[in-house]
Amino acid sequence: MPSIDETWFLDKWIPSDLGVAHEIIEELMQAMEKAGWPGGDMFHVQMALEEAIVNAIEHGNQRIVDKKVRVEFEVSSLQARMRITDEGLGFDHRNLADPTSEERLDKPRGRGVLLIRELMSHSEYNEPGNQVTLIKNRSSDTPAEDD
Amino acid sequence: MATYRRISVTEEDGVSIVRFVDKKIVDSGSIEQLGEELNALVTVEKRANILLNFDGVDFLSSAALNKLISLNTKVKGIAGRLKLSNLRAEIKEVFKITKLDRLFDLRATQDDAMAAFKL
Repeated sequence: MPSIDETWFLDKWIPSDLGVAHEIIEELMQAMEKAGWPGGDMFHVQMALEEAIVNAIEHGNQRIVDKKVRVEFEVSSLQARMRITDEGLGFDHRNLADPTSEERLDKPRGRGVLLIRELMSHSEYNEPGNQVTLIKNRSSDTPAEDD
Repeated sequence: MATYRRISVTEEDGVSIVRFVDKKIVDSGSIEQLGEELNALVTVEKRANILLNFDGVDFLSSAALNKLISLNTKVKGIAGRLKLSNLRAEIKEVFKITKLDRLFDLRATQDDAMAAFKL
């Protein structure tokens, strides 16, 4: 655990471009690495954030490059908070089909919201569904279970 | 034999062993190419027994998972068998959360997977 508990912030509007999105996720990963986060937690954050930003670009902004996505990150050695906002109309995040049901298991889409919910300590959508807030609390230094 | 850029393929005891070039399978262009190459194993080269060895893969997005699902469907379509091995704990956790561990046959090591092909 780092001795100095500095908080790293980022607040940017990015175009609906997956290449730019990946660069900004990489920036966050570097900040987490610098703050001494365990690899397992970093994996969880990268996975959830990837899902959130891809959803914002592909579904929210419908890949229209001129539409922007706002990314807000705040990372300390104990907590990572991320908020993703797109310019779309949102979606009904309360009534999604269960992607783990037998008949949907081999369907390609719909796992993002589930992964975000399971991998984060807390996640929350705003009312229209065009903004998601992700919070990850640093776990203890126990390595991930490998069964 | 076809030339691949996102995977390498070796043949052992009638099983095509696939390894991945990228440590992080996240770039959308690379994932598209990966999907095409995996599908070509079945549709062009008619390989029926495929083992995906994830040794060295640190991260894969759900877009990459979708390509694996598509490969699984194609392999089943020719009555073949697909197995996955050497997944890091966090990737295995993703399979568990999404219940894709019920769709795919996950094995700890390449040897375990190879043994399972002989059953």
